[in-house]
Amino acid sequence: MNEKRSADNRRVLVRMLVVAGLMFGFGYAMVPMYQKFCEVTGINNLLNADDPLRNTQVDTSRTVTVEFDANLHGLPWSFKPGQSSVEVHPGELVHVVYRVNNTRDYPVTGQAIPSYGPQLAAAHFRKLECFCFSRQTLAAGESREMPVVFVIDPTLPKDVNTITLSYTFFEVAGTVAEPAQKMTRPGA
Amino acid sequence: MEATHVHGAGHAHGGDHAHHPKGIMRWITTTNHKDIGTMYLWFSFTMFLVGGVMALILRAELFQPGLQFVEPEFFNQMITLHGLIMVFGAIMPAFVGFANWMIPLMIGAPDMAFARMNNWSFWLLPPAGILLTASMFVPGGAAGTGWTLYPPLSIQMGIGMDMAIFAIHILGMSSIMGSINIVTTILNLRAPGMTLMRMPMFCWTWLITGYLLIAVMPVLAGAVTMLLTDRHFGTSFFNAAGGGDPVLFQHIFWFFGHPEVYIIALPAFGVVSHVIPAFARKPLFGYTSMVYAIAAIALISFIVWAHHMYVVGMPVAGQLYFMYATILIAVPTGVKVFNWVATMWRGSLTFETPMLFALGFLFLFTIGGFTGLVLSNTAVDVQLQDTYYVVAHFHYVMVAGALFSAFAAVYYWLPKWTGHMYDETLGKWHFWLSFIFFNIAFFPQHFLGLAGMPRRIPDYALQFTDFNQVSTIGAFGFGLSQLLFLYIVLKTIRSGEKAAAKPWEGATGLEWTVPSPAPYHTFEEPPVLTEAKGHA
Amino acid sequence: MGINKKTQSCLTGLALMGWSAMVRAAWEFNFQIPATKSAQTVIDLHNMMMIIIMIIFIGVFAVVSYSVFKHRKSKGHQAAQFHDNTLVEIAWTVVPLIILAAMAWPATVALLNMRDTAQADITIKATGHQWKWGYDYLKGEGEGIRFMSLKATPAEQIRGSAAKEEHYLLEVDKHVVVPVGKKIRMLTTSTDVIHSWWVPALAVKQDAIPGYVRDAWFKAEKEGIFRGQCAELCGKDHAFMPIVVEVVSAEKYSQWVGNQKKQMAAAADEGGKSYSLDELKSRGEEVYAANCAACHQANGKGLPPAFPALDGSKIATGPKEAHIALVLHGKPNTAMAAFGGQLGDGDIAAVITYERNAWGNKTGDVVQPADIKAARK
Repeated sequence: MNEKRSADNRRVLVRMLVVAGLMFGFGYAMVPMYQKFCEVTGINNLLNADDPLRNTQVDTSRTVTVEFDANLHGLPWSFKPGQSSVEVHPGELVHVVYRVNNTRDYPVTGQAIPSYGPQLAAAHFRKLECFCFSRQTLAAGESREMPVVFVIDPTLPKDVNTITLSYTFFEVAGTVAEPAQKMTRPGA
Repeated sequence: MEATHVHGAGHAHGGDHAHHPKGIMRWITTTNHKDIGTMYLWFSFTMFLVGGVMALILRAELFQPGLQFVEPEFFNQMITLHGLIMVFGAIMPAFVGFANWMIPLMIGAPDMAFARMNNWSFWLLPPAGILLTASMFVPGGAAGTGWTLYPPLSIQMGIGMDMAIFAIHILGMSSIMGSINIVTTILNLRAPGMTLMRMPMFCWTWLITGYLLIAVMPVLAGAVTMLLTDRHFGTSFFNAAGGGDPVLFQHIFWFFGHPEVYIIALPAFGVVSHVIPAFARKPLFGYTSMVYAIAAIALISFIVWAHHMYVVGMPVAGQLYFMYATILIAVPTGVKVFNWVATMWRGSLTFETPMLFALGFLFLFTIGGFTGLVLSNTAVDVQLQDTYYVVAHFHYVMVAGALFSAFAAVYYWLPKWTGHMYDETLGKWHFWLSFIFFNIAFFPQHFLGLAGMPRRIPDYALQFTDFNQVSTIGAFGFGLSQLLFLYIVLKTIRSGEKAAAKPWEGATGLEWTVPSPAPYHTFEEPPVLTEAKGHA
Repeated sequence: MGINKKTQSCLTGLALMGWSAMVRAAWEFNFQIPATKSAQTVIDLHNMMMIIIMIIFIGVFAVVSYSVFKHRKSKGHQAAQFHDNTLVEIAWTVVPLIILAAMAWPATVALLNMRDTAQADITIKATGHQWKWGYDYLKGEGEGIRFMSLKATPAEQIRGSAAKEEHYLLEVDKHVVVPVGKKIRMLTTSTDVIHSWWVPALAVKQDAIPGYVRDAWFKAEKEGIFRGQCAELCGKDHAFMPIVVEVVSAEKYSQWVGNQKKQMAAAADEGGKSYSLDELKSRGEEVYAANCAACHQANGKGLPPAFPALDGSKIATGPKEAHIALVLHGKPNTAMAAFGGQLGDGDIAAVITYERNAWGNKTGDVVQPADIKAARK
């Protein structure tokens, strides 16, 4: 009786520990799940080129205003859209540029993260070419014009007439230590 | 890990053996569920006082606009530690303590299923408590992020943050071990004849709470581990630059955080489901629907987490889904309240202190539940998110809900633990002081939130002055009233009228069949259940 | 007679003071007076819910009170022994469900409307910084305007050495000016931690998350000044980053836009001017108080270890170039922001000059706007 009972207890214990272990893993599993979820719903497809639309039918019956915005996160750069906004028809291929300039006397690497307002626009905003698909390294004092090519999917809900495309440039870890060392140099 | 009942068979029932070491070693080495329960309760009360002093520092600073006593960064640290200590150090250990003491007595078991692990799960707590409290004194101080530890703010913090993370890991391990123990005990050690559906309600609530804990504490551990690696090992789970997302932390945290609310509330429901029938002298109304309601609450609690994050900018479909799911929780919660009311209906009521606290619980928890309903409405929540309205809401649920229920439990079971009756007059004083000052402290915070005062601020605009002053006065009154509680408990341990085995006329259950104080070893032979000794 | 008059006016003054004290001590217990339809909708929703809740609450506790007073043992009441009733239990599951569904409907309508940011007239981006808000007018009339909006409440009022003004903690140096009756789309983002842009009277609360933009909107129905605060804990000075939105008529708005453009042009032009040490120091002291004192403290001692001292520091007493570079570009992974994007050449020159010549720092260096302009290249 007693032995059976402790065997029972041990079985419950093992099961519970397995559940606890699985749930710890589940916490981590939420990371890819969240990313997948965002990708599938189109909320956050950040760093990959979208498929070009097939049979692109330009919907000239309506016009969408796309605004461009640029943010820097701790980078010693200047970063601005080449144009504050453009008027486009859904289905139309659009080329725009962003201007970036490294104001420091050493090379710096950055990664841009795009974001959309309103968020639901993300699912209908297809970037075919973007500087955000890869890291960008700018040499000391370098200026660059960086292109973005996109199409607005004609499935965009009719009531959306303005989309903001916003990029935030983050410094890529590893190039961070540089400025601190340079800081003390000029006097020498 | 032997089950403790191995040495049971040979001994006479109820004797106080001399097998265990004396003095401090008794407490360090004990595997006795009653000793461990007692230690949990004292630990919990100690942390309650520590967290309470922190709350009073906050309220003192908020008595007037302007900065008077503490600097903003210290204020933020107090907010964080107050939250973490009260949730993980005070409320949760209190209910684990009740579970340790009472569940074996309620189901006729000689001890917990894993007695040695029980000792470990308790002794993990003091180091965690010390680690949290000590983090105030390291360079940079404790984490100043609020108990939610949101990145990127938590990435900016100093070593105090790492100490908090480590403390949470330890607390999590303790909780997981404790709940495995409780679940196993309930599943395997019930006296013959006690089917699950004849089990006392407190055991039911703990069975489900145990499952909840095992499911969500590891998720919290995962979340804070990711924070730790983001801070020190170059991962970027929550850093947009590396392809992460700071909002992801909020999702993971609240996936733990919302069930956590019910981890705290469900055992409180269990206690109240014992106290109200005992003092109404009438069986609990709707036992079966009560069990289903608990299970429903527990399940729904897993799918509502993002109602804590309505303004992070999730898609509108997400907001709608989480609003509907959250509203749904009101249904099983309502069922429980209606059941308690029906239990009192046509009873034969008396109002000893446990009953007063249970009624206080019912009244205040209902208010907290209703404000929760208001907050579940996404459009309204846009105005109330991160304001004092939320602070008022969760203190109505946590303090008036869990803490009042814990007080009811202490007064209800104190005769069984100590063998003495507490001082009824002082007990009633404690209730009324707590009840009145609690409302003075927290009811005005609803108004502050509606009028637009954000939470977690050490200084505020002038139009919020009046209600903040009222609230501070209430908070100090409430805090001081708890010293009376300490006095009452100490007095009961040392002296007081001798308690009968069943001091409450209407109480039912196996725990009242053993003498008061409960002998060191009980139910070494499983009791024989008759019809009358079941749940009702 | 003269004395009498004096007494009289004195009494009137006292009465007025009493009245204003009463107004201030108004025991505000409900939502602020709404300035948008959304804010009104929230109030209506809340009122509706409160009525339903009160009815249920009073109903339930009427039953409890009846039990408490009538079903007492002391009144000799004998306990009945019933313990379930399937019909009643089904009823009190289903009826609340119906009530809740009825409450969810208007909430859904209100929410869909609040989230509809389409067809906006003006787009403004609010950027959260530790601990101030920056604004960019991205589109519509006023496009191109950008400024930082700093808390204007002086430290003396916070520390209690000066009387607190009416809009204590809710005053900034530059208001966000918007025209009445136009749909304003607010984008929020952040450069460091999560903030939340909240103005109660407009019913806009939107988290500002680093790396992402989020959007919300409002359309003010009346002119006026509406005040709010950051609503998400963002560190030390979370309580000290107010938001002030000033709603004005269309004409006044155009006028304001014109002034802003002129000021911005003047600030951009400053690179060519030069100032004396004293001019720069006194201007620098103001810039310092507004932008730097929160962390590095007015006395330059900082709050180590998080916020280093400037008084006697290597940066503030060492080579000028390093000092300029640090202020312009910030220090990554610390609270030291890159001020190059936030302040004009003149302000940066002034504040650096001030830091190099204040407290125990006596370098005698003069940094001119031209130096900053050159360093920006």
